[in-house]
Amino acid sequence: MSAFLSSNVEIVITVVKIALLLFIVLTVDAYLTWFERKVVAHIQSRWGPHRVGPHGLLQPLADGLKFLFKEDPTPAGVDKFVYYLAPLLALALALTSIAIIPFGPEPIRLFGHDIYLGIAPLDLNIGILALFAITALGVYGVALAGWSSNNKYSLFGGLRSSAQMISYELALTMSVVGVLLMAGSFNLRDIINAQAHRPERGIFGWNVWPQILGFFCFFVAAIAETNRAPFDLPEAEQELVGGFHTEYASFKFAMFFIAEYTSMITVSCLCSIMFFGGWLSPFPVSWTFTHYLPSVVLTPFGLWVILDGLRYETIFGRLILPVVGTAIAALGAIFVMFPAVNEFIQGPFWLLSKIFVFLFVYVWMRGTLPRFRYDQLMAFGWKLLLPLSIVNVIVTSFVILKWGAK
Amino acid sequence: MTAQLAVFFVLGALAVIGAISLILQRHPIHSALSLIVVMVALAGLYLLMGAELVAAVQIIVYGGAIMVLFVFVIMLLNAGVEEHTSISKLAGAPGLLLVVALAGFIAASIARSTGTVQAAVQTGALAPTKDISNMLFREFVYPFELTSFLILVAILGATVLAQREKS
Amino acid sequence: MVPTNYYVILSAILFGLGVFAFIFKRNIITIFMSIELMLNAVNLAFVAFSQAHGKLDGQVFVLFVIVVAAAEAAVGLGIIILIARNRQTLNVERVDLLKL
Repeated sequence: MSAFLSSNVEIVITVVKIALLLFIVLTVDAYLTWFERKVVAHIQSRWGPHRVGPHGLLQPLADGLKFLFKEDPTPAGVDKFVYYLAPLLALALALTSIAIIPFGPEPIRLFGHDIYLGIAPLDLNIGILALFAITALGVYGVALAGWSSNNKYSLFGGLRSSAQMISYELALTMSVVGVLLMAGSFNLRDIINAQAHRPERGIFGWNVWPQILGFFCFFVAAIAETNRAPFDLPEAEQELVGGFHTEYASFKFAMFFIAEYTSMITVSCLCSIMFFGGWLSPFPVSWTFTHYLPSVVLTPFGLWVILDGLRYETIFGRLILPVVGTAIAALGAIFVMFPAVNEFIQGPFWLLSKIFVFLFVYVWMRGTLPRFRYDQLMAFGWKLLLPLSIVNVIVTSFVILKWGAK
Repeated sequence: MTAQLAVFFVLGALAVIGAISLILQRHPIHSALSLIVVMVALAGLYLLMGAELVAAVQIIVYGGAIMVLFVFVIMLLNAGVEEHTSISKLAGAPGLLLVVALAGFIAASIARSTGTVQAAVQTGALAPTKDISNMLFREFVYPFELTSFLILVAILGATVLAQREKS
Repeated sequence: MVPTNYYVILSAILFGLGVFAFIFKRNIITIFMSIELMLNAVNLAFVAFSQAHGKLDGQVFVLFVIVVAAAEAAVGLGIIILIARNRQTLNVERVDLLKL
């Protein structure tokens, strides 16, 4: 057994990483639904879920149980193979795209092997192209779901949704070309390192300042690509019953749901990596006292969670919250006590914070903006975003030709 | 058997199964899905050979755009299951034999002539995107511009063809 | 390393299957898909030879083949939509006369 392990240790490490990342992503998805419901509710001056567990924190668990136990009917006349395939395809593609994202620059040294954070190998020279390939295949999940449901409204919703996705895919890929020209490589780690070439500039060295137009195009196109508000006409409740996932009941609907939230997470990762410096700190490198920021954030938050748990009377509140709070505070304390761990955690901390900010912006836009009408949506994609991203490419190429990739 | 050979056989078998499924399925949407499987398997083979950009372009363009076109058209035209009109028994079996003979002849002549042409370079070292783009814009710039013009013509043609008649 | 022969034999098999589908299927769209299958088989041969000789010409040519196939698919599917509208059938055996 140990001989098998030592000779195939790369494979074992990768399998463990995949399992861990899957678990983390699925948990984050579940709590992203909680986060969204809370934020949208507060925007609308009401409380979100606040009964199921303290602050409604057990709501995703309740939703998951509901999805598992609800009746799962298959409508008559559907094309069975395609009907079962579509949510699987959507979910598999969405989860695969997480594999390409690097989460931190430094490896963990364990048993003499370097374990880098992120499943894709370091020299995946087509990093961002692979992500676009997976996004391109994601259209099938939606189109096939709409078609196989044997339902007019699903078919319309599916066709409209997939037409929207392929239209905005063009603007999505073109808006990234500016960043790629500046970095000179498709590899995501190289893109981040290209933003770090002048470490004392901190936040001003990130790609978003030269590429503000590209960032705008990318973010808007990505929201349209993931079928989120304000571009969610094909799945809006008031318009088309439920769009392409009308006929999908409990667990298959949950799969579409998870796929949508996972692609939201992927897009947030991409935005932060390509335009906002990824795992780079916004402070200049010379300000080493900012390395204590993770602890400064985590420890008081953990203490607040403990105190908050004490005001509940239910067993959930009294038990869960203090435990969670203690864990968070202990984490903060560990970072202060072990400088090596602190150095290691800087990268992932900043990346996760940026991802969190982008997810918040996503949810904020859902709560605030009205929905596009379909013809407005298509006109916006083809007549505004695509020319803007092409202009961005042209301007960036000129600037790089004249002054070199600055 | 090295790992690469094993991966080749798996992907090759997947491609062949997809192609056979394209022939045997009765509904065009299932044939389209089988063709997508073939294309993804071929993209895997390109990755195995070290042609990373070609693999990515294959999935993005072929698998993500052309096949989406096919799937859209099948959905729009509401193509149904193929009618069971019988292949003439007289031509069916000999036809199959002839096709097998054609493929076998091509394969055998290739196998005999090139001997054992081993791959000359390691995977991945051959095809960085920079070199391909250098070639594309230096030696192949004329075909490049022509194909862009061709795509423009195709877009215009397809738009005109698919318009509804102004009644 | 996988010998180049293996790739080319696989390409020949796929091409043969594409020819078989082209001749024996009845639905216009399936016939069109078999053309794409044949093009893919040829692409595989191109990339295999490009790897064998160590030059990049094969891969650049594959990019051109993919682009041309895209253009052809667009126009061809437009024509198919027109035929389906005018003849109300997708069966090639019914589209064998110029007269409607």
